Amino acid sequence: MRFYKNFILPYLVWAGLLIVIPLIMILIYAFTADGNSVLTVSFTFDNFKNILSSAYISVFWTSLKIGIITVLICLVLGYLMAYLIAQFSEKVQTILILLVTIPMWINMLLRTYAWISILSDNGLLNSLLTFLGLEPMSLMYTDFAVILGLVCDFLPFMIIPIHTSLSKMDKSLIEASYDLGANKFQTFKRVIFKLSIPGVVNGIIMVFLLSISSFVIPKLLGGGNYMMVGNLIESQFISVGDWNFGSAISFVLAAIMLVAIKITEKFDKTDE
Amino acid sequence: MKNSDVCIIELKGLTKTFDDQQVLKGIDLKIYENEFLTLLGPSGCGKTTTLRIIAGFEEPDMGEVLFNGVEISAVPPYKREVNTVFQKYALFPHLDVFDNIAFGLNLKKMPQDVIEQKVKKMLSLVGLSGYENRDVISLSGGQQQRIAIARALVNEPKVLLLDEPLGALDARLRKEMQSELKKIQQEVGITFIYVTHDQEEALSMSDTVVVMKDGEIQQIGTPIDIYNEPENRFVASFIGESNIIEGNMLDDCLVKFDGFEFECVDKGFKPNEEVEVVLRPEDIDIIAKDFKKKTKIHGKVESVVFKGVHYEIMVATENRTYKIHTTDYFAPDLEVGLSFGPEDIHVMYTMGWTA
Ligand SMILES: Nc1ncnc2c1ncn2[C@@H]1O[C@H](COP(=O)(O)OP(=O)(O)OP(=O)(O)O)[C@@H](O)[C@H]1O
Ligand SMILES: [Mg+2]
Repeated sequence: MRFYKNFILPYLVWAGLLIVIPLIMILIYAFTADGNSVLTVSFTFDNFKNILSSAYISVFWTSLKIGIITVLICLVLGYLMAYLIAQFSEKVQTILILLVTIPMWINMLLRTYAWISILSDNGLLNSLLTFLGLEPMSLMYTDFAVILGLVCDFLPFMIIPIHTSLSKMDKSLIEASYDLGANKFQTFKRVIFKLSIPGVVNGIIMVFLLSISSFVIPKLLGGGNYMMVGNLIESQFISVGDWNFGSAISFVLAAIMLVAIKITEKFDKTDE
Repeated sequence: MKNSDVCIIELKGLTKTFDDQQVLKGIDLKIYENEFLTLLGPSGCGKTTTLRIIAGFEEPDMGEVLFNGVEISAVPPYKREVNTVFQKYALFPHLDVFDNIAFGLNLKKMPQDVIEQKVKKMLSLVGLSGYENRDVISLSGGQQQRIAIARALVNEPKVLLLDEPLGALDARLRKEMQSELKKIQQEVGITFIYVTHDQEEALSMSDTVVVMKDGEIQQIGTPIDIYNEPENRFVASFIGESNIIEGNMLDDCLVKFDGFEFECVDKGFKPNEEVEVVLRPEDIDIIAKDFKKKTKIHGKVESVVFKGVHYEIMVATENRTYKIHTTDYFAPDLEVGLSFGPEDIHVMYTMGWTA
């Protein structure tokens, strides 16, 4: 046993290099500013104070809103699909889950560009509308386009954990519920749904984290002026070059995620 | 030892096929009020399937299930007046002990104080008073078993179905739970239909034992009947240990085997009909002195194994090796005779196959 413990060493080195050190660097950057010629860095809270300006707050607010809406839509669609998939025989389920993951094999940029060609003013959808004699709609660069992109990208991350919890469920628990007098609906409400909550929680956390921090989809489907936290961080690091401010935003985003995870997990434990 | 003559469940010609495999081949069975009935048979003989048909989890291909005389094959499980204790307990892990037991009562929208009272009563019946707020996962196997029984019984079913409920418990706890289950059944006074492949368990708990094999009922009877008067070779070899010997029925109460004629108590066979004879190991006595005068079958002690209460002695004779259980010791290689009385010989119809 002791011998095998040595095998985690490479992982520890890996995690140290690629996770812990960058985190520490972000922390350092977030609380410092470029100093004068004597002291090259100096400790400061200014980076955080800057975030409180209304422009940045509203970016956080948009991200939160988009994240929550995406999670809710993914939850409803994902649960429905996971539940339907779980009704099939094991063999069919494996195939269906494979199908669910297929879009993830395609590069995200490609998938997002595909949406552009569907949603843009003279794209597929509007051609269809005109063909049917209907008014074309301006769909690109709206919340709708961003949410659509996020939902389609992240739906598998909701379906898979929920499906896992449903298919792992001990069938005799469901039979026990029928046996004790619960009809199909009552059994779903009192047993099946309750037992799938761990999967639901995992799905919510994953989709929320992915959508609140995404920057490719809002950039491409939301347009140049569309700002979510991810875009803000990207611009601070890439175009503005203010690593200190970028780190402070990352730090706050991480804190929001942590709080969100804690809240969701609470919901897992205090059901009923 | 039937407690009532009112038939509560009747199975008529049940058949069931799973992917080309006929699992039940026509089950006919009457189950009475207050009866402790056990379905006993080797693995895969269709016990669970029979139970699941009664509970409503499977539909029979053919045949009828009558509950108090009414056909219920199409009634869903949640509308049936039976409850099940599942083999692996199937307690709801997201609910505590109280809510597990109260599950059925909550569905019936009973007032909370009534529910509380009933749950308390059940917990004391199964000897777990004060466990209301415990997490079910934190309980031992035996305790989970008791909660599963309480959860089923609290709904006051007319019939309780139990599928190998003690299968997961260790030998000592099993014994303890056996007598406890029997006690509970007598206390609540309802019908128990119990599934096991453990013959000892079946014999010690049941009013009626139903022996099954390959989807067919072999024999229905009291434990004593089943043990003493097995109807065929399968029942005889499945229930307890036995020496099974081919013979011929010469006349009423006269059977011939191993080249000798023996007096017996069985009647009603055709003259010279081929039969099988059961001699239980504990019914045979070994005679070492003067055995040539006193006994017909002679042989030599082949092996002696101490089994705790008795010795298991194998005696090799001209035609076969007999198994004998006795508290007396006989040394290997000793020449002995085997003695048994007319009432120790059980004559059965042959089945046309060998075990
Ligand atoms: N849902 C099912 N689908 C396919 N085959 C099944 C199904 N349920 C049971 N069987 C088969 O039917 C046969 C009888 O099964 P059953 O569970 O009734 O046996 P059992 O007497 O309870 O055995 P055990 O003592 O092992 O529990 C077995 O061969 C089993 O493989
Ligand atoms: Mg079984």
